[in-house]
Amino acid sequence: MLSESEIHAIDHEVSLVPHKKAAVIEALKVVQQHHGWVSDEKLEEVAAYLDMSPAEVDSVATFYNLIFRKPVGRHVILLCDSISCYVMGYKKLYEALHEHLHIKFGETTPDGRFTLLPNACLGCCDHAPALMVGEDLYRDVQVQDLENILAQYK
Amino acid sequence: MEKPLTQHINLQQPLSLKEYEAKGGYSAVRKALKMTPQEVQKMVQESNLKGRGGAGFNTGMKWSFVPMGENAPHPKYLVANADEMEPGTFKDRLLLEGHPHQLIEGMIVAAYAIQADISYVFLRWAYKKAAALIRKSIAEAYEAGYLGNDILGSGWSLQMHLHTGVGRYMCGEETALLNALEGKRATPRAKPPFPQISGLFGKPTIVNNVETFCCIPHIVNNGADWFKGLSKSEDAGTKIYGVSGKVNRPGAWELPMGVTVRELIEEHAGGMKNGYKIRGILPGGASTDFLTVDHLDVKMDFKSVAAAGSRMGTGTMIVMDDATCPVGFVHNLQHFFAQESCGWCTPCREGLPWVERILLSIEKGEGRTEDLELLQMHAQFLGPGNTFCALAPGAMEPLQSALKYFRDDFERHIHQKGCPY
Ligand SMILES: Cc1cc2nc3c(=O)[nH]c(=O)nc-3n(C[C@H](O)[C@H](O)[C@H](O)COP(=O)(O)O)c2cc1C
Ligand code: SF4
Ligand code: FES
Repeated sequence: MLSESEIHAIDHEVSLVPHKKAAVIEALKVVQQHHGWVSDEKLEEVAAYLDMSPAEVDSVATFYNLIFRKPVGRHVILLCDSISCYVMGYKKLYEALHEHLHIKFGETTPDGRFTLLPNACLGCCDHAPALMVGEDLYRDVQVQDLENILAQYK
Repeated sequence: MEKPLTQHINLQQPLSLKEYEAKGGYSAVRKALKMTPQEVQKMVQESNLKGRGGAGFNTGMKWSFVPMGENAPHPKYLVANADEMEPGTFKDRLLLEGHPHQLIEGMIVAAYAIQADISYVFLRWAYKKAAALIRKSIAEAYEAGYLGNDILGSGWSLQMHLHTGVGRYMCGEETALLNALEGKRATPRAKPPFPQISGLFGKPTIVNNVETFCCIPHIVNNGADWFKGLSKSEDAGTKIYGVSGKVNRPGAWELPMGVTVRELIEEHAGGMKNGYKIRGILPGGASTDFLTVDHLDVKMDFKSVAAAGSRMGTGTMIVMDDATCPVGFVHNLQHFFAQESCGWCTPCREGLPWVERILLSIEKGEGRTEDLELLQMHAQFLGPGNTFCALAPGAMEPLQSALKYFRDDFERHIHQKGCPY
């Protein structure tokens, strides 16, 4: 069941648009905020609440990079793999992260602490290479900085 | 040198509404409200402001297609495109994080010019700091009466909302953006009808880039001729230019439209880092054709860059140095485009992954001579006119120019069966 606070937040989004369906991305964001990801069960509940079919909701959910349809760790690392970071050596960061956390792109550490994902240009190419952990942005990242960065996330 | 857009930029502590007002902020809203909407449109059209989102269309002209008058459909919408996801582009972030009220002021004036009722800032997910600042600034503008009902007693009302995306390059394409705002997949729409006639929820809608809106208050305050006078070329105004790659001082700067590539790289970016030379330059983001060292004296304006065989795009350039493999570089770009293809039309959905795989096999030393023809063929079949939107043609620009300028490198990979870098 969608919780009271989820329903409250979804109702607010619905109130801002001309018809319910238009709030579906916002509704998925609400669910993800509450649970970290969007499970099949939650997706069906959102569909029922907005009078849509689950397939229709899933077609939207799977289109967007940052709606997670699989469980993710407590902290999601988004490593920029676009062109300026490529030139400035994001691959070294990837290798170091891989060595440190023993996960590849798309994987989660067994303790559920980190998920590592590639992300398109983070819009700070003058400070490449760049990455985000959760909502925090790190710029001009060097391999030797990684340990300190990761240590902040439990 | 005048730098209207960045004079008040403060990344540590952007101006609050009160502080901005003390420096003349929101005077453009007051001034515009005393003009007719048509007069504001005309002024912007005469200033020759061209859209800063990549395509470079005259902004006032774009607005002029919106139905006006008593019989016009309502609500009309206005959207700021702050989806900035073109690889190598970081100019809107500066304007959003450094001076959010300038954007909001520009949007209010533009909304008045087309008599819009509802406006959105469509912001990409990753710009967390900008989201907080925009949210706060919109609230301040409501509080001060620049947003809401009966703005400054003019009888005209405008609502403004922040909408944050969930990550997709296609959300930046203006009709796909409208679908995303409607809660749909961000696939583009057929044109016509153009968004000015039938846009968000089927109502007249204007979408402009953040930097475009940021120019508006200054044009209204100082006039069309002043704006033209800021430029060193035919295209009016200043421009936020940027340089990234192995240069000494990567960054973004507001400069007169029409500075040269050389001035940007050598003066503002401090030249190449020790030991590196320029091999190629993407002048305006990932979807523009390469320029080379032969083009350093090209002026960075729409017409001059086009005459040199590329596009001004977003005006933020990526420098490829001589220690970076051009095949790997182009593979990285095509990987991005293949990932971000929305899948709506076949040439792009099927073609880009092929291009990406061919490039990867060349990079790994498994390429065949025929592969170069295959790539060339794709560059044509995915080019302008063959796909539903500009993503695939944009992707083909760096590919086709790399095949032209760096063909030796592709051939060496194939003959030596490996990457020589
Ligand atoms: C794939 C694709 C992505 C785009 N991304 C952006 C973007 O992030 N920001 C932007 O302002 N324009 C982007 N554009 C251009 C928009 O479609 C549109 O032309 C622009 O927002 C119009 O604003 P302007 O006239 O002020 O430049 C993109 C275009 C395409 C084809
Ligand atoms: S060109 Fe690519 S991104 Fe554009 S509509 Fe076709 S599939 Fe979608
Ligand atoms: S390419 Fe990595 S931040 Fe732009």
